[in-house]
Amino acid sequence: MSDGNALAAPEAAALALADITCTFVGRDQHSQRYTAVKNVSLAIAPGEFVSVVGPTGCGKSTLLNVAAGLLAPSGGTMRVFGELLTGVNRRAGYMFQSDALMPWRTAAQNVAAGLEFRGETRLAARAQADEWLKRVGLGGFGDRYPHQLSGGMRKRASLAQTLVLDPDIILMDEPFSALDIQTRQLMENEVLELWAVKRKAVLFITHDLDEAIAMSDRVLVLSAGPESHPIGEFAIDLPRPRDVAEVRVTPHFIDLHKAIWDVLRQEVLKVYAQQLRS
Amino acid sequence: MWQSIRPNARNLRLWQAGVLLALFVLWHVLTAPGLIPPFMFENERQAAFFFGEPWQILIQVWSWFFVTRDIYIHLGITLIETVLAFVIGTVGGLAMGMWLALSPMAAAICDPYIKALNSMPRVILAPIFAVWFGLGVASKVALGFTLVFFIVFFNVYQGVKEVSPAVLASARMLGASQRQLLRYVYLPSATSWVFSSLHTSVGLAFVGAVVGEYLGSARGVGYLILQAEGTFNINTVMAGILVLTAFALVLDWAVGRVERRLMRWQPKAGETEKI
Repeated sequence: MSDGNALAAPEAAALALADITCTFVGRDQHSQRYTAVKNVSLAIAPGEFVSVVGPTGCGKSTLLNVAAGLLAPSGGTMRVFGELLTGVNRRAGYMFQSDALMPWRTAAQNVAAGLEFRGETRLAARAQADEWLKRVGLGGFGDRYPHQLSGGMRKRASLAQTLVLDPDIILMDEPFSALDIQTRQLMENEVLELWAVKRKAVLFITHDLDEAIAMSDRVLVLSAGPESHPIGEFAIDLPRPRDVAEVRVTPHFIDLHKAIWDVLRQEVLKVYAQQLRS
Repeated sequence: MWQSIRPNARNLRLWQAGVLLALFVLWHVLTAPGLIPPFMFENERQAAFFFGEPWQILIQVWSWFFVTRDIYIHLGITLIETVLAFVIGTVGGLAMGMWLALSPMAAAICDPYIKALNSMPRVILAPIFAVWFGLGVASKVALGFTLVFFIVFFNVYQGVKEVSPAVLASARMLGASQRQLLRYVYLPSATSWVFSSLHTSVGLAFVGAVVGEYLGSARGVGYLILQAEGTFNINTVMAGILVLTAFALVLDWAVGRVERRLMRWQPKAGETEKI
């Protein structure tokens, strides 16, 4: 917790979570309470790539939903570029863990959706969507419906859907966890390339420590739930541009991995013990 | 020999037609006076009296369509009633379903009344509708509406409730306003549920129209059947039923066509095209 508070938010932080606590109440029994995250403070500078790792069920996604404005925290404040967040975070794009493409729209229509919501004409939106589809390697697939695309292609489409709006903040919730390792590394590299051009603030949630280190400027370790909170913070000073596959074998990466794993391991074991008991 | 006529995908239609033909032949053999000795009735004309004769029925249908040409006005009225009940019921059910699904408080208040209205046998409303709306088209549309409305309503209600939370959250993050969510997320999602119910509801709209006519009207296929029944003319009754069945099939086919056009985004069973 002290680690969390040490990250006192600078005024212009892209995302600043201060003392965020989220307690869920059972829908039927109000006595059933579950505090997913407690007193979490976290600030992300504009252009910074921050990963949050932690054992399963530690409330990583909860934090992300708070940052997105989809979930109102029980306590604490959430600021976006210094402004208190109420309602949905309009400056953020969100890439979901599960399939979030609209199944009744083609890939291109899905990518164009956000632009149409903003009031752009269908034609202009379509032109931009096509351009982004090309950029994520789906040039010839604009007219396909999501069920006609593979898992990796659907992820690319969601990436285009998020990035076409040019958000200042990108929130990613284990976006590649469902992909096979090769596709995953390709996607990670592509995301890094796209990020390097525009330098947006990224909050990246993952349970994969390798992925977190390979991509981020900073890795935050959350404790096991309930009431999880940050227990460690590591600056990743690996040189960029990085190739996620190659960077994994550099000595510095291995040192970092070891240091973070030492902290994370305890928490993973705790969760494992909890699961054995129940 | 058997190899060549064995049922398979290619001669499916032939076999289907064959079953129909066999049924008509069986019907004819069992009812034609004097063809086989009576085994259930006392004399040879009674089977024809109770069950009609397929040949006479077909002649009646032919005569309706091509000789006297007086079925068109009745069929037209019945179809107009069906289509109106179907369209108004579907739109009403869609609107009400969306509204209640999106405002839980209103749904909670209306819940017992909707359950009550749904469990009420609505055909008994037909006489009341006849009093309210007269013996013309309106009372039949009203009856069909009550039948269609609830089917569509419950499906839409369910459909809106089961919109994928991820898709919903994603649309909100993409900046969709409440109205845009309604149009771009809830409506398309509910539509797929509506279509699964449309085949049932088009049939029920037809039931509403015919039952309404049967209970009191001056035109329509239901009225024709009622008239024929009054003179114990089983052949005409059967002919009416045959025509109704054929047109119910046509309506169902039309719904299927629209469904295929609008539901192109849905994966079909067995479709494995993925690249």
